[in-house]
Amino acid sequence: MTVTAEKPLTRDMCPDGSALGLLAYEQAGGYQAIRRILKGGMTPQAVTNEVKEANLRGRGGAGFQTGLKWSFVPRGKDAPSPTYLVVNADEMEPGTFKDRLLLERNPHQLIEGAIVAGFAIEADVAYVFLRGEYSLAAERLSRAIAEAYERHYLGKDILGSGYALELHLHLSGGRYICGDETGLLNALEGKRANPRSKPPFPPVVGLFGKPTVVNNVETISCVPHIINNGAAWFRGLGRTNDAGTKLYGASGKVKRPGLWELPMGSTIREILEEHAGGMRDGVKFRGLLPGGSSTPFIVEEHLDTPMDFTSMPKVGSRLGTGTMIVLDDQTCPVGMTWNMMRFFGRESCGFCTPCWSGLGWAERILQSLEEGLGKPGDIEKLEFQTKMWGPGTTFCALAPGAADPLGTALKYFRDDFERHISEHRCAWR
Amino acid sequence: MATVYIDNKPFQMDPDQNLLHGCLSQGLKLPYFCWHPALGSVGACRQCAVKEFKDEHDEQGRIVMSCMTAAADGTRISIDDAEVAAFRAAIIEGLMLNHPHDCPVCDEGGECHLQDMTVMSGHDYRRYEFDKRTFRNQNLGPLVNHEMNRCIQCYRCVRYYRDYAGGRDLNAFASRDTVFFGRHEDGILENEFSGNLVEVCPTGVFTDKTLKRHYARKWDQQFAPSVCVHCALGCNTDAGERYGTLRRIVNRYNHQVNGYFLCDRGRFGYEFVNSRQRVLQPILDGQPVSAARARQHVSEKVAAGRAIGIGSPRASLEANFALRTLVSPEHFHTGMPDAEAGLVESMIAILRRGPMRTPTLREIEECDAVFILGEDITNVAPRMALSVRQAIRQQPMEIAKGLKIPLWLDHGVRDALQDARGPLFIATPYATRLDEAATAMFRGAPDDLARLGFAVAHALDPRAPSPGEFPLAGEIARALKAARKPLVIAGASCASNAVIEAAANVARAAQAKLAFIAPECNSVGAAIMGGRPLSAAFQAVREGRADTVIILENDLYRRAPAAEVDAFLNTAAHVIALDHLDTPTARKADLILPAGTFAESDGTFVSSEGRAQRFFQVFVPQNEVSASWRWLGPDCWHGLDDVLVAMSRALPCLAAVKNAAPSAAFRVAGAKIPRSPHRESGRTAALVNIDVSEPAPPSDPDSPLSFSMEGTPEQPPGALIPFFWAPGWNSIQAVNTYQKEVGGPLRGGDAGIRIIEPAPAGGQAYFSAIPAAFEPREGEWLLVPIHQIFGSDELSLAAPGIAELAAEPHVAVGSGAFADGEKVEVTCARDTFRIPVRIRPELPPGVAGLSAGLPPLTGVRLPEWGKIARSK
Repeated sequence: MTVTAEKPLTRDMCPDGSALGLLAYEQAGGYQAIRRILKGGMTPQAVTNEVKEANLRGRGGAGFQTGLKWSFVPRGKDAPSPTYLVVNADEMEPGTFKDRLLLERNPHQLIEGAIVAGFAIEADVAYVFLRGEYSLAAERLSRAIAEAYERHYLGKDILGSGYALELHLHLSGGRYICGDETGLLNALEGKRANPRSKPPFPPVVGLFGKPTVVNNVETISCVPHIINNGAAWFRGLGRTNDAGTKLYGASGKVKRPGLWELPMGSTIREILEEHAGGMRDGVKFRGLLPGGSSTPFIVEEHLDTPMDFTSMPKVGSRLGTGTMIVLDDQTCPVGMTWNMMRFFGRESCGFCTPCWSGLGWAERILQSLEEGLGKPGDIEKLEFQTKMWGPGTTFCALAPGAADPLGTALKYFRDDFERHISEHRCAWR
Repeated sequence: MATVYIDNKPFQMDPDQNLLHGCLSQGLKLPYFCWHPALGSVGACRQCAVKEFKDEHDEQGRIVMSCMTAAADGTRISIDDAEVAAFRAAIIEGLMLNHPHDCPVCDEGGECHLQDMTVMSGHDYRRYEFDKRTFRNQNLGPLVNHEMNRCIQCYRCVRYYRDYAGGRDLNAFASRDTVFFGRHEDGILENEFSGNLVEVCPTGVFTDKTLKRHYARKWDQQFAPSVCVHCALGCNTDAGERYGTLRRIVNRYNHQVNGYFLCDRGRFGYEFVNSRQRVLQPILDGQPVSAARARQHVSEKVAAGRAIGIGSPRASLEANFALRTLVSPEHFHTGMPDAEAGLVESMIAILRRGPMRTPTLREIEECDAVFILGEDITNVAPRMALSVRQAIRQQPMEIAKGLKIPLWLDHGVRDALQDARGPLFIATPYATRLDEAATAMFRGAPDDLARLGFAVAHALDPRAPSPGEFPLAGEIARALKAARKPLVIAGASCASNAVIEAAANVARAAQAKLAFIAPECNSVGAAIMGGRPLSAAFQAVREGRADTVIILENDLYRRAPAAEVDAFLNTAAHVIALDHLDTPTARKADLILPAGTFAESDGTFVSSEGRAQRFFQVFVPQNEVSASWRWLGPDCWHGLDDVLVAMSRALPCLAAVKNAAPSAAFRVAGAKIPRSPHRESGRTAALVNIDVSEPAPPSDPDSPLSFSMEGTPEQPPGALIPFFWAPGWNSIQAVNTYQKEVGGPLRGGDAGIRIIEPAPAGGQAYFSAIPAAFEPREGEWLLVPIHQIFGSDELSLAAPGIAELAAEPHVAVGSGAFADGEKVEVTCARDTFRIPVRIRPELPPGVAGLSAGLPPLTGVRLPEWGKIARSK
């Protein structure tokens, strides 16, 4: 099947890997969306409605309706002030490198999206909360922000419209836990990045206690295109009910690891076989984590599932970030799981007991399995831990995110776990 | 009220509270760690999980945290559900992965919330087989011990220390299962309320370092309900003893007074009771004598007819009354310096006239605008500062209410409030710790502070006299006027009646509550009892009208300049002193009588609030130490109740005092109240190294408490609670089971009885004696007292931990004239002191501060004009 599709997010990126400059961005139709809203008389409400209408869902992984999130922000004279927009660019999901592409290669698209989103929620200040290790993105985004200020796309009275938005780049000392937007807000305030109680939700009590919307880089990057081309166009981009295009990625022992902008709802098989080129010679497919390490494993039988927010849960998984990590038959699933649990254990903020205590325990059990020191009962202990990390039992979604890959690894690769115990070794070592 | 179904049984709960609060208030057993009634819910430990059902048909249910779920009407939950019970046991297992198996050598053992909750959850076997994480512990100073390996990461410590008490030097570091709660480096905890960590921590991370030095298990200690002697607020405490040594002080919950928290002076000052400076037997002319001989000596001298008595604001009403009775009222002196006595009398008179009412500490927490005039409350009446820190959250709390955030949802509320603070104005001569939380400060000499007060009152009500334009007065007046529950705080620190009257004017004009702070634990009681001024005693001896002086629990060298006291004591032919410690005054006495401290006697103090509160003897000393009223009272007084009856007759103004606690005849179902928790070994084993027979416990004619573990198993009234314990609740958090509702009043009534209330048809005219503006003098400084929580209080200074923290006596001046640390000679009245200078740039020109109460500066009457000269 050959698909010719629009690629609004990546279309204009320079093939040489450099950042799309201001002029090139403008020549490609950039900064038209803000002219449309600021000079074309669109109201914040209208912009919000357009995005709602477009069925744009959060690309950070949770898939929450973006327009709906924006509509929770209190408006009007009595609304608390200032209102903040925060772009979550703290990309830290293992196997995920999609936001990095958008940040490094088309920073103005993100800035324009932030202005549109800021206008929609009547934000006064916007922050880009950028992963500290993304130094190239930091450099390019800083330059782009400076250019945008020079052209009066940012600052006071943008394009003579009266709307003002200050945009700051914040290089985070980030942690994975900043993927929880309230953990991010605490970090941005200079506090420990512990997630906050919800409710109150950030649109009501957010950064510095004020109304705040936190959106992912990819989500924000979609926004100018929705304004330019309309909600119907955006919905039409998707192959299923979930609208738009999606940056899909693949890593692991595939022929062509990489990142592709494809219609939302492209099937896993299509991404894996057509775009990633299938498995490398000599290795066989065993399973994959569809959207980063915090999504449940899927196996062969699920490969024809459309990769979107609605279809993936039907096969017991989630879209997540849409960047898959592929497991092959030459790689130990126990070792892979241990590696992930080490990550989750390390990234636990230490706030709630099932997470800080259970992740460390699971990590040590998996290590002992890998070292041939596993004992009968270990698998049951691991299964027990995944139940302790069930939704609602922990404070935030970090530990449930660890339960998903561990639980499905135990389900799909149970023989491998059992062999580690019975043979007192890892057969792949 | 909301109806909440728990395991299909209906319970009535407060819908403005969470389910955990509701369940505990119903006496249901639901384990918890991170939640604390004073700190609210954050949902960290996940221990209080219950299963919530959508309706009566829902059989699936879902696990929720009871502390994070509102007790909404119609809620259906299960505590007993097998899945959620297993979840709670598993949480304990998780919390305990790294917890050492050191209960037998842990100071918390036997009164550990973690132990209690572990038993409650049913968890009993650890499946974790890997190495435990280990931490290096820190030296946090002489008061609080740190053992981080026991930590279960509940976050209570930092939430209490930082969020509640305003501390900054304790924090959570690192992440995952290695979060470290401590300081950025070893060092003394800076916050004045650090000792509460000992009770806030659910296990043995933070423990009482003073207890550690003479450790005894809770079940091996003998306790009595007590009242703190280290300031005038009257915080309720329980004091524990073993083998004649006072081991520690713990908080005794009083909903209206101290709630869950004490200050560090109050918690750790007790060690003066064990001091080597204690007077343990009567000493006549330098030789130990029998009690009988000592009594004979006193009788002879009094019988000679020329004896006078000097009472004390740190002695009980009963002790003062005994002396007053012994020497007759016309020869009884209050023992307070004249000026100080005048100030306290003035406070009482103002509060009695009304209409301003003196608030309890609890009520202070509910006030929403605070004006502090002339008091450094953190150092003078520390516990009140903790209440004020809560009061300034009241106005911002409206933000949370507006956003419909439940007020018990602590982090949600704090996220919404951020740094928002309600109005707090502080007018003092020098910067205070609370300034960091204040809206605005004013620095001035006492007269200027009074003028500010008068100006604020005038701005509130034009009928109040005006000192003319004054900076800040309008702003303060507007804040007080806009408040629902305004509060004015003043006291005796500036030794200025004008400050007190100005505060009264403000409170009256603002219809505010008025909290006066008296200098010592029974200053108010002593002032109500009355007596002749101290100067009259000096005069009587000087003029030869008296030749015998009986001094009750009072070091006169702290009341008057040394030369005056020397002259007085040298002139008197016979000096009889009763005291706990071998004070400079006691050393000059012919006869020293060993007076019982709060731990060895019974009595009543009247706090600044006007609350009469009883303290009870903790143990029977194995020496001649006895309550002062026993030394001095007539033979017909067989017990405390006889003293109280006599006092009621003689002093009707104190008649209500006898109701401060139940009488000695009080019984619960015919039984006394045990001072000791039951221990497995029983009292035979307690002294087994001496005697294996079953010794009869000493009798106690003064109280309904028994000196043993035998007695009623029922919970006594608030005034008689020696320790908190309930089946399954061995830690102090057993207090939950003593409250009508968790965090609310005690089921048996909160201790004490208020004896100062405004007159019903009250109201006083505005005071109009406005002092002139302060004029600095050439070559002279107005010396004002600088108070220190550690050091300014006489008795706690004899506790080693407190003494270690006390600052060196010094004189503080603004920048310019002297260098920091430079030694100078301070001359005031007839005394000269060679002490170092501390630069405090905020001091107004012409005003200097002198360490209050720290030897050798004790007898200086402040404020006082003095000279400061470079030391030669």
